[in-house]
Amino acid sequence: MTSFIVAALLLILLGLSYSQGYLGGRALAATGVRLHSRPRYHGILVAIWCLLPAILVLGAWALLGPGLMRAFVMSYLPPDVQELGPHQLNAAIRRVEAIASGYGVAGAMEPWETAAGVALRRMREFAFLVVIASAAGLGILGLLFARRRISPRLRARNSVEWLIRLLLLACSVVAVMTTLGIVVSLFNEAIQFFTFVHPFDFFFGTVWNPGFSTTGTAAIGQYGLLPLLWGTVMVAGIAMLVAVPIGLFTAIYLSQYASGRLRAVAKPVIEVLAGIPTIVYGFFALVTVGPYLSRVGSVLGIGINATSALTAGLVMGIMIIPFVSSLSDDIMRQVPRSLRDGSLGLGATPSETIRRVLLPAALPGIVGALLLAVSRAIGETMIVVLAAGNSPVLRFNPAEPVSTITVTIVNQLTGDSDFSGPQSLVAFALGLTLFMITLVLNMVALYIVRRFREQYE
Amino acid sequence: MTSSHPSDAQAVSASSSARDAALHDVGATKPVLANPLTEKDETVRSPDLETREYRLQARDVCVFYGEKQALFDVSLDVPEKAVTSLIGPSGCGKTTFLRCINRMNDTIEGCRVTGKITLDGEDIYDPSLDVVELRSRVGMVFQKPNPFPKSIYENVAYGPRIHGLARSRTEMDEIVEASLKRAGLWSEVKDRLRESGTGLSGGQQQRLCIARAIAVSPEVILMDEPCSALDPIATAVIEELIDELRAHYTIIIVTHSMQQAARVSQKTAFFHLGKLIEEGPTEVIMQTPRHKKTQDYITGRIG
Amino acid sequence: MASPSSTSIKAQADRRRVRVRASLGRRHLVEWLFRGAGLTAIVIALGMVVGLFWIMISKGLPAFTQATLSAEVTFDPDIITAGPPPVRESGQSEADYRAARMAWEGQVARLNWNALVEQAVRNTAPAGMEVDRRTALALVSNIDRHNLRDMFVANPHLLGRTVKVDLLASANTDNWLKGTINRDLPDSRQQLSAATRQLADALYADGKIRFTFAWQIFTNTDSRSAPAAAGLAGAFVGSLYMMLIVIVLAVPIGAASAIYLEEFAPKNRFTDFIEVNINNLAAVPSIVFGLLGAAVFIRYFGLPMSAPIVGGLVLTLMTLPTIIIATRSALRAVPMSLRQAALGIGASHNQTVFHHVLPVTFPAILTASIIGVAQALGETAPLLLIGMNAFVAAIPATPFDKSTALPAQIFLWQGNENRNFFEARTSAAIMVLLALMITLNALAIFLRTRLERRV
Repeated sequence: MTSFIVAALLLILLGLSYSQGYLGGRALAATGVRLHSRPRYHGILVAIWCLLPAILVLGAWALLGPGLMRAFVMSYLPPDVQELGPHQLNAAIRRVEAIASGYGVAGAMEPWETAAGVALRRMREFAFLVVIASAAGLGILGLLFARRRISPRLRARNSVEWLIRLLLLACSVVAVMTTLGIVVSLFNEAIQFFTFVHPFDFFFGTVWNPGFSTTGTAAIGQYGLLPLLWGTVMVAGIAMLVAVPIGLFTAIYLSQYASGRLRAVAKPVIEVLAGIPTIVYGFFALVTVGPYLSRVGSVLGIGINATSALTAGLVMGIMIIPFVSSLSDDIMRQVPRSLRDGSLGLGATPSETIRRVLLPAALPGIVGALLLAVSRAIGETMIVVLAAGNSPVLRFNPAEPVSTITVTIVNQLTGDSDFSGPQSLVAFALGLTLFMITLVLNMVALYIVRRFREQYE
Repeated sequence: MTSSHPSDAQAVSASSSARDAALHDVGATKPVLANPLTEKDETVRSPDLETREYRLQARDVCVFYGEKQALFDVSLDVPEKAVTSLIGPSGCGKTTFLRCINRMNDTIEGCRVTGKITLDGEDIYDPSLDVVELRSRVGMVFQKPNPFPKSIYENVAYGPRIHGLARSRTEMDEIVEASLKRAGLWSEVKDRLRESGTGLSGGQQQRLCIARAIAVSPEVILMDEPCSALDPIATAVIEELIDELRAHYTIIIVTHSMQQAARVSQKTAFFHLGKLIEEGPTEVIMQTPRHKKTQDYITGRIG
Repeated sequence: MASPSSTSIKAQADRRRVRVRASLGRRHLVEWLFRGAGLTAIVIALGMVVGLFWIMISKGLPAFTQATLSAEVTFDPDIITAGPPPVRESGQSEADYRAARMAWEGQVARLNWNALVEQAVRNTAPAGMEVDRRTALALVSNIDRHNLRDMFVANPHLLGRTVKVDLLASANTDNWLKGTINRDLPDSRQQLSAATRQLADALYADGKIRFTFAWQIFTNTDSRSAPAAAGLAGAFVGSLYMMLIVIVLAVPIGAASAIYLEEFAPKNRFTDFIEVNINNLAAVPSIVFGLLGAAVFIRYFGLPMSAPIVGGLVLTLMTLPTIIIATRSALRAVPMSLRQAALGIGASHNQTVFHHVLPVTFPAILTASIIGVAQALGETAPLLLIGMNAFVAAIPATPFDKSTALPAQIFLWQGNENRNFFEARTSAAIMVLLALMITLNALAIFLRTRLERRV
């Protein structure tokens, strides 16, 4: 009911103000004067002047109203109820609110409850009337003010356009705010973590053994980053070993050899690999690739764990193939055709042309693409969560389980909303490390790719 | 398989009789103004004014891009150790024809070539022919200078290196030096052979590309509007160079500019809408064209 | 004619011919190998796509049918002793009536519905077969008693009547009949007792147990006590809420910032910074966004854990760069001449952008948005950090309620102890997720081709 009235009020104000502005502009135009702006813009400007104050009033009420009403109810509660704990107090307030809404409560009502309910109901009605009236009043005032400003020389269009641009700018700042939010929140929590654990012990420690948060702060545990970092590097390295040859050769074949038809089919199909959610890869690694590898291992007489750096790296490599191939394909296609023709015209075979001319020319761009792929591999989470075995021990055998930074973030933070202990705060320190590593990789990669593009533009 | 005389192919007999007829024509109508113009559909041929060897011959070459036919039955004899220019309005098929000669059209998808192009009597479209070897015999210089993003030295050494032409460093150095000298670039770059080829000026880049082509010691050099991206001074330098190279190589040049064709070439072929309209000694084409379209083009009525 | 340099050129050409010919064999072999390597790479990559889908589908398809027992259930008045449901009297407040009704439903819930199930199973069993209580209850799913109760609450007139009901077989029965568990394992390692296995086989042979389409995957929420009845409905609604939030927030904000950066922003340090920042944001690992969500939305703003609103906001921030970058490249592709034409006839900068440039890029923006949303739909890692992998057995009514999401549900299921049963069910969930994503992408492609033809 109330939202309906509010919506109706806003709609009425909108219609009224726009038509007033529009008609005002039209009336002026009818006298034969040349207006700076078309009547439409006068309408929009008046509507903004009218709706903005009304919305501000309503917004303020939406923000402050519940608190004020709660204070109002509190004043009606008898002292013994006021001194109850927060849960019972809230229950009492909910009862009063239920009575006020007319829904009623089960069981007998205390006299003060009834009184408070009735008073709250009156207060609500009164407050709502005041809010609606003041919103409407301010809106009308704004309308009248803006209406009076209408003149042939009023640059209504410029004002409206200025507002639109402001709105657009605000939107583009969201991305900056996101980065800022990431940096500030990660730093904030990481610094708290470093009050428990010395940064040196964190960045250079070789043992990862964070106790459980339930055992209390007496046993803080050990938080050495190196086993996790090594696991991350190993898995990402295996992934790149898989993805770089396959991805690069795919890109080479598609951009230099493939017929248009093969290209039109193969390129989107391979890009499907990039669109598959990583949880699916994780599951695939867990139930198919891992057991398969371990069977192969037992046939060959080497012990391969079903969940290991190898499993996770292999599957992650598959996931990264399209990143490598698409980016390299784009880059190779940016190398001017004239270079290729020049080499072929001298009698070079296609592979000589590719190896001696195209790849060297595209090298910076390809390096950039590979760095982006590495950054993606380092930040990948679900595959390693499911398939890497989660064993934060410094090991150098890829056939054994490992743990990575991302896996540990998930383990330390999942299901925990109260992060006061180092056990969960460490997730932010790890997140910060991860963010910094990928940031550097991305910046370098993007810089290289950008320079490369400019070279051939 | 080795060098063959032009008169041995049967296809030539038809054109040589045409040449005789043309010779007769030229002799009969000496005054330029009285030259009766034809508009017939087959190629008008004027005989060469001096005796020349013809090792490169095209017969009834048609080119299709997918469904579209770009070249119609082009037959042309290319004289040895001379410059032949291909002229005509844009889109007339002259570049297409040029690219047929070292099979660069192979690199374009959906492109099909019929007819016969022989080099020393060998059909270059014969499946048994190795396109790599063909291109080592027929070099190409492109419209826009396209040096590789490598050093000047490496640019020139590229061809010899892939073909394994130099057995030693000194041999390679010799090839590079000789090629750059022949391209008239040596004195300008001899102190900065290790610098990037892309850092040279446009004209220098194009001469570098010519040196790169020469380094393979080709027999034929194809040039696709080699001066279209250059300023007049650089153009003049390249034209002089072409004139010098003529002593050693068979050169075919596609050009937009009639003046250029007149300056550098001994033989000219005029293309229009995918057809070879008229061919003959450059002086004849320029001064006494015998086909109406050729005259229209020469006088600037189509272009 | 035969100058000395000319002969040396001829000699060079002859030498070139010999050496080129000598090198040809090796070079063509290298060429062939190189080309083969390229083709192999493509075949491997394509094989991976095919293999991945093949494995998921072959593992997931069996989960779409489930063992169902058709039985006669008698709503025995001796067991159902709760009496008639309360009726609202005049003058009774809504709250009082609700309380009475709740009390009655509570009473109904406490009845021994298992006895009903047990009786029904016993009646269906082949004549002469002794079926004890445990055997009967192990055969069917735990959800059946709830279903019978719900049937009764919805229709109290069933009291004393006998109706034909499809009872869902338990997950273990399903495993046994489908052969997802090794039938030769010794008793001690079987999930079902020998008696139940025998009963299941007998009923299957009788045709009393059939495999029917597993609607519950789509209609039910997750369930711990009755794995056979676990479904995706809750996760689906949770994902739906998140996608709606992403569409409502990310698409307009993303398009607006792309428009600003591409069309209005002056070229200066600040806009350069924004641009670098957006490109970088697109490559930030998704899990970092999860940390952001946990720290900012949950801890600082106090939004609830496990709620689609938080998930939606986090995914919005993640999707934003994708949409911005795609929209910008679409705007960049609009020829300058169009803008100049519009400006030339006196349109303002804003009018040029909104009336002329934007409509042309609309298909591209739409496509980018759909692809961004599809990508967000499959994202898992950040959801784990904001608690969306919690077990939730209800369909969330609002975006502020506890909920899970499709990928998070997959994560939960793959970790379930009943591996034999949940491997298939997880694959089925993956199939549903992939089907949704493919549908979205196909929609994007369809709309792009459709709209681009019109423009």
